Amino acid sequence: MHSQENKTRGAGPNLGGPPGAGGRPGDKAKDFTGSLKKLFKYCGKHAVFMVIAIVLAISSAILSLMGPSKLAEITNLILAGMSDGIDLEAVSSIGILLVIFYGLSLIFGYLQGGIMAVVSQKICKKLRTEMTSKINRLPLAYFDGNPYGDTLSRFVNDIDTIGTSLNQSMSTIFSGVLNFSGALILMLYTNWVMGVSGLLSTLLGFSLIGIIISKSQKYFIQQQGRLGNLNGHVEETYTGHSIVKAYNKEEFVEKHFQEKNEKLYQSAWKAQFLSGMMMPIMNFTGDFAYVVVCVVGALLVINGSISFGIIVAFMLYIRIFTQPLATLGQSLTTLQSAAAASERVFEFLEEQELSQETNHTVNIKNIKGDVSFKNVAFGYKPEKMIITDFSAEIKAGEKVAIVGPTGAGKTTMVNLLMRFYEVSSGVIAIDGIPISSITRESLHNAFSMVLQDTWMFEGSIIENIAYNQDVSEDEIIEACKSVGIHHTIKTMPKGYNTIMSNATLSTGEKQLLTIARAMVKKSELIILDEATSSVDTRTELLIGKAMDKLSQGKTSFIIAHRLSTIKNADVILVMKDGNIIESGSHNELLDKKGFYAELYNSQFEESDIAS
Amino acid sequence: MSRVFKSFTKKEWIFLAVTIVFVIIQVLLDLKIPEYMSEVTTLVQTEGSEIAEILTVGGYMLLCSFSSLAITFLTGFCAAKVATKVCMRMRNDVYTKVSSFSMADITNFSTASLITRTTNDITQIQTTLCMGFVIFIRAPFMCIFALSKISTNNPSFSLITIIASITFLCVISILLTLTVPKSKRLQKIIDRLNTVTNEHLTGVRVVRAYNAESYHEDKFEATNQDVAKTNSFVNATMAFLSPFLSSLMSGITLAVYWVGAALISSSNSPDAALAIFSDMVVFSSYSIMIILSFMVLTIIFMMMPRTLVALSRINEVINFENNIHDGSKKNGDTTFPVALEFKNVSFSYGESDENVLENVSFKVKKGETVAFIGATGSGKSTITKLILRNYDVTKGEILINGINVKEYTQHALREKLGYVSQTAVLFNGDITSNIAFGIEENISTDRLNKAVEIAQAKDFVDKIGFAGKVSQGGLNLSGGQKQRVSIARALYKNAEIYMFDDCFSALDYRTDRVLREKLKSETEGATKLFIAQRISTVKDADQIIVIDQGRVAGIGKHRDLLSQNELYREIAESQLSKEELNHA
Repeated sequence: MHSQENKTRGAGPNLGGPPGAGGRPGDKAKDFTGSLKKLFKYCGKHAVFMVIAIVLAISSAILSLMGPSKLAEITNLILAGMSDGIDLEAVSSIGILLVIFYGLSLIFGYLQGGIMAVVSQKICKKLRTEMTSKINRLPLAYFDGNPYGDTLSRFVNDIDTIGTSLNQSMSTIFSGVLNFSGALILMLYTNWVMGVSGLLSTLLGFSLIGIIISKSQKYFIQQQGRLGNLNGHVEETYTGHSIVKAYNKEEFVEKHFQEKNEKLYQSAWKAQFLSGMMMPIMNFTGDFAYVVVCVVGALLVINGSISFGIIVAFMLYIRIFTQPLATLGQSLTTLQSAAAASERVFEFLEEQELSQETNHTVNIKNIKGDVSFKNVAFGYKPEKMIITDFSAEIKAGEKVAIVGPTGAGKTTMVNLLMRFYEVSSGVIAIDGIPISSITRESLHNAFSMVLQDTWMFEGSIIENIAYNQDVSEDEIIEACKSVGIHHTIKTMPKGYNTIMSNATLSTGEKQLLTIARAMVKKSELIILDEATSSVDTRTELLIGKAMDKLSQGKTSFIIAHRLSTIKNADVILVMKDGNIIESGSHNELLDKKGFYAELYNSQFEESDIAS
Repeated sequence: MSRVFKSFTKKEWIFLAVTIVFVIIQVLLDLKIPEYMSEVTTLVQTEGSEIAEILTVGGYMLLCSFSSLAITFLTGFCAAKVATKVCMRMRNDVYTKVSSFSMADITNFSTASLITRTTNDITQIQTTLCMGFVIFIRAPFMCIFALSKISTNNPSFSLITIIASITFLCVISILLTLTVPKSKRLQKIIDRLNTVTNEHLTGVRVVRAYNAESYHEDKFEATNQDVAKTNSFVNATMAFLSPFLSSLMSGITLAVYWVGAALISSSNSPDAALAIFSDMVVFSSYSIMIILSFMVLTIIFMMMPRTLVALSRINEVINFENNIHDGSKKNGDTTFPVALEFKNVSFSYGESDENVLENVSFKVKKGETVAFIGATGSGKSTITKLILRNYDVTKGEILINGINVKEYTQHALREKLGYVSQTAVLFNGDITSNIAFGIEENISTDRLNKAVEIAQAKDFVDKIGFAGKVSQGGLNLSGGQKQRVSIARALYKNAEIYMFDDCFSALDYRTDRVLREKLKSETEGATKLFIAQRISTVKDADQIIVIDQGRVAGIGKHRDLLSQNELYREIAESQLSKEELNHA
């Protein structure tokens, strides 16, 4: 459980600097614009709302840009009336106009933000829905080749990043650009001398910020790497604590931890220091531009070329002008991580899917249960075939045992039968019908499958057993009785309605539940993976009995560990290193004196067994 | 929080003091800038001012601005140094403490929780400290100084500031009251989204076998809907903040000018009027500075609860009282004939009244091989954990070489033991660093080779070499390979007692047998304990101890137990057929 919690990519510690810091490197997208384009295209479905939001953002920005010139008018009115009385009425009417402006700007701004918040969540929701249904259309090779944690993180973290940046960056970038260019135009229009001096002094500040960003990026990346290193060390030494203790290596691991910690500190303080400088430099830039504009303005007033009101207007313009620059930098980094996130999301959505079912349309029903393999060849990688030319005829009701050492690839057979993977050449047929012509759904319906990994989902016990099948409660109880788990379930506080996470079930008991689940499915073909050591021998006995009951009279494929199963099998497939190296009945194989005979005899070689 | 300060070194106190002094200077400088502005205003408005005068005042303004920036560099440096150093120390403290924990202590917290405490929690504190350090000092000074400047000069203007501040605080508290409960709920829904997706992903084979794809899609959709709805609400509500802030600031400026106009028109002398006019320019700046201070404080306060929780979680670890105490004996009598003895040992985990082991007694002679067999949960593994002193017995005694394990130092005790755990634990590194675990100098190649050979790991170690990479948790090795490396690790150590906790079940029967034969011939003289499920693994032991529900249900050799012990026979029968039992 915890390993998942900690390994989920990106769910790690938040290293953020101050909120204004633009120095945090997001994950870089391989193709920044391409990924963003895909995202925007995707957003296209909500275009109407986004256009409304943009119009609102523009209106809101225009309204607030009107402020400074109106305030300049008030200032001029005051100055004009310094000596002989101020035209308070005129001041009031401008004041009221401004209140209306600001009020409208607030309303528009809020509406814009609200719309973006809802729309971005709609987009995220839709992305997630598509991803879930994508899971069902991907070939199993995808899941065997990619860690779950990685896919999970695309579902949760990456979508979340996209949501945040759509919600925040888009609107800040829009209103930021508007405010910035609007203020610049108005400044130049109002007085070009002051406008240019304001612009130049701002640029000076921002070149400083550029330097800092590039510096701090380096340390942030370094910090991230060192933190990951440290976390890895913590994770493994805590998980292996019993071993560290048993071998008296506390000092050894502590020493290594301290080294890593010291290294982390060296880059952490630099990263924190530099990113902490971003906001102050922005503020300084604002101040600096303010001072320059004031001084230049004052000179111009004395020259008599402008009115004092212009200075007041400029003081506000400068603020409107420099503020978005600060947030723009920040939004761009957010956008960068959004690009990386959407790249990962679309990469998943664009994964090659299972072939369409156009060629396999046969629905099988009421099958007998004959299974045949004809010259089957298969490899997980085309260049490395692991089954070359395997043939076998299995009659209805026969038992096939698949044996071999751990890691010999016994699940390959399951993968092929269920068409989780497609054979490279040759034919597997049920009742003479090649499975490649059968729809996946009806093929899956023909099998009941019990895997060693006792997978259960969050839901009641009864839901877990009935699992998507149309079965009555009586049938479920019947199945539980026959596998011998009924009593255990009854003793739980809510009986069959106990929610899985509240039920304290051992691995063995869960295994019994999965057998009951397979039982109520009533399929003609059975796939069983016998449990090995995780279950104690008495429960194992119970499981064995239940499995025998399940496979009675049905064609069954059993990944076998119990000798009794193996010996009673009609066909034994012996696997080693992914290959089927021998096949035949128990006696045939013993006579062959091959790998199977050796494997079997290794148990009884010692002469003192019961002598 | 006081913990953090207590851990400060002298240097850090100096840094803190420097920071405070300079932040105050900086606040004064920042407040000075609008004052100079007002001087400029006056100059401009006064007939006959010299351009040089204006330039001088402007120069002062720039000087203030530059000095303020320089101070920021200084304080930022101090803050970053102190905050990261404090956190580095905290991390060391937590790690060292955890490494002193017994397994009982670890279980008390859970491994996952301890990992989070050592990593994420401290990073959270570091972020808050770095951000908050300066802001926390600066914001209050800023508010106080700015307010005092305004109020001494003009009550009407201070009223505007106060009204604005109150409006701001009201809006913030309304927004937070609306969103905080939802945000908390959001955490839970996102966890649920994780669970639902995770079960779909991990069960993908079963899902397909049962054609249950749409079942999971529907289930996911319900949670998805919930996440989207809650997120929309929180984000849409918080969307009010930013337009509100900019309107508030524009509003303040407007209010100051509007009120200013009224005040000037009612003033009785031109000089007073001019004074009010220049005040206007300054005060709108002050008001905005105050509101901004409030805003950053709000951000810090929003981070505070999480940080305080993180801090208290860390304190919990550091202040935890270890359960296992060291003895003083460094060595016992290694020639003592009885290597290990359990005397009426009972044990229960924590406060549970259910005994895992009940009155267990047995004796193991030096060099003997003893096997423990029993159902899962019967308490077999607990026996090794008690010998290792991962836990202490509740009743009775465990003696090694005739001396109670509690009397040894933990170090000396564990030096005697070679332990292989049920699930193999490997560490990031290579094969050598995993077998010669924690040994950095004088690694004996002979012993490495011998350990690998006995552990039946030679085949694959030859393939990948002793320098072959082992990734974190040994993920790049198969289960059987991991287990063999961990057996080799135990064998590299010259132990008096080897303990194999059910570690052979990941091996196939053949490897299992060969390994045991090798062990027998190569580690003669050492005492060996096997915990096992397979009859084939235990049957040639000198003593087989059958454990049932925490009690010893029988001690003897394979043959005797088979005929005399019902439980043993039952276990044997479940694994071997009748004819196999009667084989030979």
